[in-house]
Amino acid sequence: MTQTAPPPVQKPPAVRTRRSGDAPAERSPRTVISPLALAGRRGKVAYWSVFTLVVLLFAFAFLFPVYWMVTGAMKPPEEVVRTPPTLVPEQWRVSGYTDAWDLMRLPTHLWNTVVQATGAWVLQIVFCTAAAYALSKLKPAFGNIILGGILATLMVPVQALVVPKYLTIADMPLIGVNLLNDPLAIWLPAVANAFNLYLLKRFFDQIPRDVLEAAEIDGAGKLRTLWSIVLPLSRPVLGVVSIFALVAVWQDFLWPLMVFSDTDKQPISVALVQLSQNVPLTVLIGAMVIASIPMVLMFLVFQRHIIAGISAGGTKG
Amino acid sequence: MKTTSRPAAPARPRSAGPTPPPGATGTAGRGPLGPLRRKIADQATAYGFLIGGLLCFILFSWYPAVRSVIIAFQKYTPGSDPEWVGTANFSRVFQDPEFAAAWRNTLTFTVLALVIGFAIPFVMALVLNELRHAKAFFRVVVYLPVMIPPVVSALLWKWFYDPGAGLANEVLGFLHLPTSNWTNGADTALVSLVIVATWANMGGTVLIYLAALQGIPGELYEAAELDGASVWQRVRHITIPQTRFIILMLMLLQVIATMQVFTEPFVITGGGPENSTVTVLYLIYKYAFLYNDFGGASALSVMLLLVLSAFSALYLRLTRTD
Repeated sequence: MTQTAPPPVQKPPAVRTRRSGDAPAERSPRTVISPLALAGRRGKVAYWSVFTLVVLLFAFAFLFPVYWMVTGAMKPPEEVVRTPPTLVPEQWRVSGYTDAWDLMRLPTHLWNTVVQATGAWVLQIVFCTAAAYALSKLKPAFGNIILGGILATLMVPVQALVVPKYLTIADMPLIGVNLLNDPLAIWLPAVANAFNLYLLKRFFDQIPRDVLEAAEIDGAGKLRTLWSIVLPLSRPVLGVVSIFALVAVWQDFLWPLMVFSDTDKQPISVALVQLSQNVPLTVLIGAMVIASIPMVLMFLVFQRHIIAGISAGGTKG
Repeated sequence: MKTTSRPAAPARPRSAGPTPPPGATGTAGRGPLGPLRRKIADQATAYGFLIGGLLCFILFSWYPAVRSVIIAFQKYTPGSDPEWVGTANFSRVFQDPEFAAAWRNTLTFTVLALVIGFAIPFVMALVLNELRHAKAFFRVVVYLPVMIPPVVSALLWKWFYDPGAGLANEVLGFLHLPTSNWTNGADTALVSLVIVATWANMGGTVLIYLAALQGIPGELYEAAELDGASVWQRVRHITIPQTRFIILMLMLLQVIATMQVFTEPFVITGGGPENSTVTVLYLIYKYAFLYNDFGGASALSVMLLLVLSAFSALYLRLTRTD
């Protein structure tokens, strides 16, 4: 998700069939190893050895780096560079975090990131939903050509266009406004997200026409129909699109690096790199931890949906 | 479609947002409209909904795509009028010694990322699929690095690779293995970056592949087992053929993603040592923002665009369902 390649296309049908979670008690389906082979004593020993090994490997590979980062910020500056390193800080201090908060002006940069991500999310939901609804249900003239043009942008990798996109932002065509150092530089290009738009359109396509016609016979306008019929039905896909939209902005680096030269406007990802040379190591690590918290928290809260969404994205529609 | 006789004026608000309809649903307002006028009204409504998104696509997708090709043939410095220079940008870029290095590095990175960054999650998913306990735990943990901002992952690994206080060499020393120069050696720097990218991104691959593995009918394995196929043979002749499509898909996606690598070399190595980690996208950035040479940057972008679009087209062709 971080590197913005177009994700698998056949998402929408699968998104709806929400997988029931993986309760450990659930009877596992048949896999390569037969249940019979695991039933015997030798099988059990082998299974639990492999299981323990994998748990240890995962803990070392994925959790330990995070632990190292969280505790690294709590070590005194001389302890964090000591060799051999200490596994547990000799004295626990929070000054790494508080110094990072003040010295690197994290409130400013976190706030910038929040503004940029929220705006991009709102605009994407409003404009992509409206456009997807129009393309799916309102039959605009040349709708298929427009849809084709939008889908074609899936083929054009985002990063390859950063330079002309930058020039467009620096001098908006026709109105001649410079949007550099303005959150709009993040918000507006975020709307041109063909994947999310297509996801929404595919979902809307599955809403039966008679449901909408019934609403119209009752006197509801198109906007009313979208607001009170289509959107409530589309909660799952709106959730997926929202998460994609937020994560994409929060994680992006190259684009904000280009458009925000003004330090006061930079999101946290850019500020971290720009300031990384000038602060003590413990302070930098503290800032890194703080920068990670929002997305990791969101992931832990919504992990079931996120993991189900990603898993569904891969399976054949 | 007999309702909503709408005022013919297409004065829809630009944002079709969650505001109540502005005096829509005008029923029986001024008698029956002619079919033509109704058609126009319907089109106005449709475009009212479409226009916001459409404008953004025009401005930030279609126009830049065309413009990058145009600027590639221009001498372009912001603030002054562009002038046509033919293929001068391309020949200048070709002569840059960093050009060859950037493409070589990017391709090497992509191949290494396929070998390392694909084999590991592939095997990992195979093993995870066999485990009957703590499934949710494994999934959350393997996806955790994906949610850490890429900049943080890069800075974290920069610290791990540090020759003085870095954890990487400490771990190797602890295991009595020879230490490495990591990102400070011209021959090891690129591999070191591949490791970072793999660590940070493999969660998605593992999850998608795991989902694909669960779609394999269990009877196939049962039948193979009755025929006396060993575990390895079952993987070789059932698992891999059954998931061939998704493997190909994930590989293509990974190629497209890794060919656009930027954050890791920018943050960790700055393209060094000795240009061993300059990538194409990094070079584009340098041309635009260090040399102020937007023509050269666009020429490079067009080349990258052509290569990547070929992969993307292949991907879309393979995934197209209808």
